[in-house]
Amino acid sequence: LVNSTYELVLYCPSTKLKRMKKGVCCCRFLLCASGECVKVFSTSTEECIHDLRGHTELVTGVLLRPSNHLQVYSCSADGTVRLWDFTDGILIKTYVIGYPIYSIYASANHEGVIFLVTPAQKMFQLVAVQLPQSGDQLVEARELSAVLSDVSSNPAAIVFGRGGEYIASANGLQLEVYFFKKQKAYRFPLKEDNKKGGKNTFMCVACHPKDDCIATGHEDGKIRLWRNFNHKKEYTYSTLHWHHSAVSSLCFTPEGTNLLSGGIESVLVQWRYNQESQRDFLPRLGAAITHIAVSPDGALFCTSHSDNSKDKNKFYSLQRDKLLYNLDIVQQEYIHESGLQQFEVVKAAFNASGNWLATVEERKQKAAELELNLKLWAYDEQTQSFVLNTTISAPHEAQITAMCFCHAADSQTTMLASTSKDGHFKAWQLAAQAHTEGPSWSCDFVGAYHDLVPECCCFSADGSLLAVSFQEVVTVWSPASWELLTTLSQPPGAIRDLCFGRLSCSKYLLGTSANNLLCCWNLLTCSLEWSTSMDVSLLLADPLSENMAAFCCQAGCTDLFVFKPSEPRPLFSRKEVCSGKVTRAVFAPREEMLESCEESSQWLNHSQLYFLTQYMDLMTFTTKAEEDRLMASSKQLVIDDSVAMTPFYLLLGKHRQQENQDSLGGMSAERTPLPQGSVAIRELLQTPAHVLPSTSYLCSMFVQSLLISVTDTREENKHTEEEMESEKEEEDSEGEMESSTRPKESLESEATESAAPALTKAQARELRRVKKLDHSWLAGLLDS
Amino acid sequence: MGEFKVHRVRFFDYMPSAIRAMAFNSRTERLAVARADGALEIFNFADHYFQEKVIPGQDGRAVEALCWVGQRLFSAGLNGEITEYDLENMRPRYTVEAYGGPIWTISSNSQGTLLAVGCEDGTVKMFELLDERIRFQRNLERQKGRIISLSWHPSGTLIAAGMMDMIRIFDAETGHATHRLLVERGAGASKSKEVVVWSIAFLSDHTIVSGDSAGKVQIWDGLTGTLVKTHLVTKWDVLALAVSQDESSLVAGTSEGTVVQFQFIASTVDQQDKEWVRTRTFKNHSHDVRALAHTETAVVSGGMDTQLVVRPLLDKVEKNTQESALRKIAFPHRSLVCCAKKAGLLLFQFPDHLELWRVGESDGLGKPGDSLPVKRNPEKLIQLKRKGEDHICCSALSPCGGWLAYSTVSAVRLYRIQYNNISITKVSKLPKDLRSAHQLCFSSDSSKLFASSSHSSVVIVSLNQLECKHLHTLKPRSGSRQPVHLLFASEDGKWLAAANADCEIHVYNLHKLKLHCTVPVHSSCPTAIAIHPVTSNLVVVHADQQIFEYSLMQKEYTEWSRKLQKQGLHSLWLERDTPVTHISYSPKNPAHIFLHDMFMFCIIDQSLPLPEAKTMLYNQMTLRSLPEPERIRHSHAFKICKNFQHLLCVSLLEDHSLVVVERPLLDIMSQLPAPVRQKKFAT
Repeated sequence: LVNSTYELVLYCPSTKLKRMKKGVCCCRFLLCASGECVKVFSTSTEECIHDLRGHTELVTGVLLRPSNHLQVYSCSADGTVRLWDFTDGILIKTYVIGYPIYSIYASANHEGVIFLVTPAQKMFQLVAVQLPQSGDQLVEARELSAVLSDVSSNPAAIVFGRGGEYIASANGLQLEVYFFKKQKAYRFPLKEDNKKGGKNTFMCVACHPKDDCIATGHEDGKIRLWRNFNHKKEYTYSTLHWHHSAVSSLCFTPEGTNLLSGGIESVLVQWRYNQESQRDFLPRLGAAITHIAVSPDGALFCTSHSDNSKDKNKFYSLQRDKLLYNLDIVQQEYIHESGLQQFEVVKAAFNASGNWLATVEERKQKAAELELNLKLWAYDEQTQSFVLNTTISAPHEAQITAMCFCHAADSQTTMLASTSKDGHFKAWQLAAQAHTEGPSWSCDFVGAYHDLVPECCCFSADGSLLAVSFQEVVTVWSPASWELLTTLSQPPGAIRDLCFGRLSCSKYLLGTSANNLLCCWNLLTCSLEWSTSMDVSLLLADPLSENMAAFCCQAGCTDLFVFKPSEPRPLFSRKEVCSGKVTRAVFAPREEMLESCEESSQWLNHSQLYFLTQYMDLMTFTTKAEEDRLMASSKQLVIDDSVAMTPFYLLLGKHRQQENQDSLGGMSAERTPLPQGSVAIRELLQTPAHVLPSTSYLCSMFVQSLLISVTDTREENKHTEEEMESEKEEEDSEGEMESSTRPKESLESEATESAAPALTKAQARELRRVKKLDHSWLAGLLDS
Repeated sequence: MGEFKVHRVRFFDYMPSAIRAMAFNSRTERLAVARADGALEIFNFADHYFQEKVIPGQDGRAVEALCWVGQRLFSAGLNGEITEYDLENMRPRYTVEAYGGPIWTISSNSQGTLLAVGCEDGTVKMFELLDERIRFQRNLERQKGRIISLSWHPSGTLIAAGMMDMIRIFDAETGHATHRLLVERGAGASKSKEVVVWSIAFLSDHTIVSGDSAGKVQIWDGLTGTLVKTHLVTKWDVLALAVSQDESSLVAGTSEGTVVQFQFIASTVDQQDKEWVRTRTFKNHSHDVRALAHTETAVVSGGMDTQLVVRPLLDKVEKNTQESALRKIAFPHRSLVCCAKKAGLLLFQFPDHLELWRVGESDGLGKPGDSLPVKRNPEKLIQLKRKGEDHICCSALSPCGGWLAYSTVSAVRLYRIQYNNISITKVSKLPKDLRSAHQLCFSSDSSKLFASSSHSSVVIVSLNQLECKHLHTLKPRSGSRQPVHLLFASEDGKWLAAANADCEIHVYNLHKLKLHCTVPVHSSCPTAIAIHPVTSNLVVVHADQQIFEYSLMQKEYTEWSRKLQKQGLHSLWLERDTPVTHISYSPKNPAHIFLHDMFMFCIIDQSLPLPEAKTMLYNQMTLRSLPEPERIRHSHAFKICKNFQHLLCVSLLEDHSLVVVERPLLDIMSQLPAPVRQKKFAT
């Protein structure tokens, strides 16, 4: 889009954006009706600041009060209109109308009057309501006068014209314009459809703020610009056509220079007013646009979407429980047509350092050949996103079955192996091309083994070996010379999964076979070390330890085993972690290592295991201490909820939270960290000055942070106990509290059996918590 | 309706020529259309868009621009000549060499005193309009680069000229250029290409509108020479512009086949300031729109796809009337096919040659709708190339098939054809009076040739093996100067009917060689006439779809005709937008009249009751499904068959089989050059 404006799409994993009915945007805040409340988002931080709660049924409309832009009207199916101060989240007044309200309109020209759409004898009518002037909180407003009958209940179908002089309403195939001064209505009917199959039904209306021009969106994707509509006959309209299906929302910018439109294509289109052949697109917004709002200064556009994204890779910060970003792999406009075949992303792989991403997309058409694309994406530090580096069309002649990056961090070359049903496996290497600017990927080696179909592949941790399984045979290759080093086989049963051991166990190669066998080969002796009979559905190695995780699916439930290849005894095993099959799992390295000593949780020290079930539940294992911290922070948020949320407040809140944690773990901390190291100070220094409160306010806090703590341990203890007390009132987490205050040494020695049930209790709670979250965004992960 | 053996003829490869230029005379409501082959057509918009006159083309004459001055029509072309046409004799009156290289445009001032032409050499030449001729007056200041388009300011003091990369405004009195408006080139690759200002319009408020090859329609202020607004209309060229009489609307034609309308409207309801706003887009063409005209109520467009499209502006006409319907004129409103009924021969007329075909034969029998096995394939007997530069304007084949005649604007040629071993001999000595003909017709016994000549006169030539002799020249008493466009000689050889563009129909008695009667003049032009072989009633169909039957014996309208007029024709019949071009009779059933237009053929059964306003007009399909006794109750006089489409001729042969000459529009479309590339959705 143009540089001066940027678009704000709010992805909020915990709220269902599907229910978002209508949003209004003021310069700093965005208000969205969502269910029975109105959500207020800050446009600068994109966070939800607070909810305006009070309606008892679905909120159907939100409208800024024309005479006071710090107040907002909201209407609901419960028959009330409420006036809010949305910056503070205070309900100012409630007007009782008595009929379910479907949408709300007002204009600056009509002081003290709001226009509502209410049902009347199987139809809807637009009524004007004189708002009584009264000091009471609850006001009855029963003075209704009908303005237009037979209107649409769709909020986008009615709009006020220039300066509120007229109102335009579209219903079905008719546009009606009512002039308030002349008290005259003009109706402009359209034919149902034309010969070419266009459907003329009106979908939405928008009025130009300065000119007498009404824009209407239609079911067949056309936008009509009506002019001269104060004549019965000499009216005229021009047609703009870009959308291929219904235009669901239209909006003029406040200056009237641009017209925005959106529909199911999930493309925001900006048309220059009076220069309609020039248009700008903001494509691939992720989902069909249902509503567009523009802030009064025209700087921000907001689009609300229905939630049905496809062909996207979503990046999710596991630590922060927040969707980081979407990456559109296909980079092709999503054409919504039931008959059309789309490119689908079928495989994706990261390399160990996370700076390369490989994706495979395929399109299978009925008669035509399979279309395959292998794309390699490089991580760009500056833009913090993946940038397409190389596209390889038709990398293989048949479907790609597996893909694997070489994991060696220190190796000179970056390598990717892919196996395909065409009987070949290929190695792709990053190499500098002479004629292009940067390095790009090219094929290094094509390998095959006895015309067998390769199933899976795996690089060893140091990148010196590549194992490729051809049905029941595992071949081990040297990537340096591409010679076949050895073959391992354990018939019968084709190999399903391959995995090299890590660190001290790197001499082992593990494989699972179709006849429920887990085999471990020793690569030094080229012989089978051990094998055990279990139906492993997923095998996974922890990159930071020797541990391996195996998920076994049995009777609709999945069991988890964690083991070291060197010793056949499992470190940790747990029956029925979840119902259904585990489709994906990952060991996520921890930001800081845990110092847990319990045997059963030691395997979680280096990295945390996340897994995704076939029912789209994302689950993880946590230790007690971690859960503790989570509880504390969530409580913190509850306390802070009463205060208005500003960026600075969030900063302060975080700081306080940090303090709490510091005090909790105060015993273990030898000394207070240096001021420069303090997170709060760093944030304070990095935050732009204009969003900070006055210096006098900050000063005391800043000085306090500079002081080196001289309080003796006793005092500190007392302080901690106070904290604990307050926590006890709300949570019965005394056990964990104790454990965290205990000296380290004692903890390490106390690796007892009793800790195990406590852990499972914590785990269960955490699992419950994770389950409760909305993970609809994960739908995208399944495709990849 | 009856059963017929139908010869479904699809071997007439008629190919209309692309429309090059157009000029609309709002006073007489005549539209002049110039085609790529140099032919000129005059359509009468006051009379149901009837194609009144056709002036055949000429080799080497390419009309680039047309201009009406009062009733006079001028054309100019790339051959560097200005031509004035004689619309009464349907031929060029004279040509004047402009001596400036190819001429791109011609325009007259609103006073009708001066004609300006834009030449390849960069000069605008002014010609003075005299009563009989035009005379070169002077050159305006010579420019570098060709003059592509011209437009006079209504006051007649200024001329705007569209050139390469710029627009010049000239003072018509001094001849000096007063303004130079630079037109921006297209973006990207076309940056290095000169932009051509294809069309320009100078409005009375000194606004200049230009359309150029970069796809822009630009609005300029002609007083200051500044650009007011640019509308990017297409990725290709804007080829034509037309402004309505009241200057409230203008249309631009593009290479994509679209016509874009702009309207001069106030941006807010109660304000006086108006601006040009792009409003509607019409897409009725598949190829370049080369020529446009803006009438009071409609936009007329034509171009490479050869069709003339009349698109009514719905805000100017009453809804759901005949006027509000879109019209596409694809075929000429006169007959290009001549059928020798006795011999089963067909003569096809092309601009530069004639083709004589013998229809095929079949002896099979089958159910209605079956296609019968062909025993003898249709056969092309003769292809006759015309002589000279002038294109063929009319042709005729005698009913016995022994004679063939055609005419150009300069000469009439007559041939004798033998069939035993096919040979054609030109009849060398033709009477002097037979110099050129607008319409030719043979008598039913092939003994006489009738040729319509100047001032509505008809020359009669008697034919026999030895010589052809001028018999008589029939002249109407009315003294009409318009050409005769329809001739019909009755079966018994007694009557000859001639219809002219003044809507008069004269019936001559051939035995007495004098005018028998004049049919009462109807306001609309006759499109087809025929005399009944038995009753000698003259049937006339007019451009407004009215049907009259006139008894030549009683010299009055027949009872049936009066009844028809009293009851009125069915509304669906009147709504048809193509004229009836042929009438013929069935020798078996004298009550049957056969007639056809482009989309249907109809048998009028005079013995059956006329259709009421509420009855279904197109009822043949429903009748078929009814049981026998019911049918009679539901049938009415108009039996319409739509099985055959895009008809050029329907004729009944002697052996009671029907010849149907079709030319599907799709075949014409497939022969057109490829249109400009356009991105199609989802490709």
